[in-house]
Amino acid sequence: MAIVTIERKVLQKNDELAEQNRELFKKSGTFVINLVSSPGSGKTSILEKTLESLKGKVKVAVIEGDVQTDLDAQRVAKFGVPVVQIVTNGGCHLEAKLVQDALSNIELNGVNLLVIENVGNLVCPAGYDLGEAMKVVIASTTEGDDKPLKYPAMFRNASVLIINKIDLLPYVNCDLAELKKNALQINNNLTVFETSCTTSYGIKEWSEWLLAKT
Amino acid sequence: MHELSIAENIIEIVKETLASSGGGKLRSVKVRLGELAGVVPDSLDFCFTAITKGTPMEEAKLEIERTAIIAHCTGCGKDSTVEGLIFKCPLCESVNVGVISGNELQVVEIEIDGLERN
Repeated sequence: MAIVTIERKVLQKNDELAEQNRELFKKSGTFVINLVSSPGSGKTSILEKTLESLKGKVKVAVIEGDVQTDLDAQRVAKFGVPVVQIVTNGGCHLEAKLVQDALSNIELNGVNLLVIENVGNLVCPAGYDLGEAMKVVIASTTEGDDKPLKYPAMFRNASVLIINKIDLLPYVNCDLAELKKNALQINNNLTVFETSCTTSYGIKEWSEWLLAKT
Repeated sequence: MHELSIAENIIEIVKETLASSGGGKLRSVKVRLGELAGVVPDSLDFCFTAITKGTPMEEAKLEIERTAIIAHCTGCGKDSTVEGLIFKCPLCESVNVGVISGNELQVVEIEIDGLERN
């Protein structure tokens, strides 16, 4: 019997591919965000509002990740931006390799901002680096105020928190101050925005902040 | 359920190691799993068992070593264990803390039968 010491990160291959992606983004001068949230928080709606708001100001491309269908890519394509749909066929998260494959269908040169919309899931995407500059996590008021405590890895790994469906606050059991407190307890460095895709509340602030990053 | 993909990655690493160590039968794999890694130990064990079934690794055991979340405070410079997911230095109350342990997801070592080490 022999013991062989390995001491290797399980996701080392993914991390290596993510670094390759990061190099590509650096070369083309593309700022990349990885949009994550539970299903139905409004990732695609925020993206639509952001595209509308940034129209003519910056060149954007989108990678959509979904378990099935290209419905989101269809929604995004209406804004006249290059979009590639990744269908994971049951996979609960995007991996760096999938993004790398998708990149072969996008001309990155001249693209200032690439938005990768991950599969709706607050657990698995937290561990997979895609080569992005930052993760942007969306929590909607309809999900309640305890999500940061239940899914700490995601909130800890994100740089931005968008609290969406803010217009529904009067109707749902969600304490906004508590939600923020919980999120900042997990990650005090989070930049927080409050938005509503129905009333467009907060979209301008978020878009301008994002624009300044590109 | 990304534990399946994690288990596949572990087995890939084990296979590579077995190949470069000159073969033998896998007895156990030790992995280090941080409490902030977002991986459920029971699910990982289940997936590992499921995908090694019917393979030469079928009898191998997955040993999971958990690591607590440890944060380094940039305020007072001390390290402390994060309890109850409160990322705040218990000594000086600063919230400027960086996680130095707890995200681990590593293959630590494997035990191989029928292989004498040189």
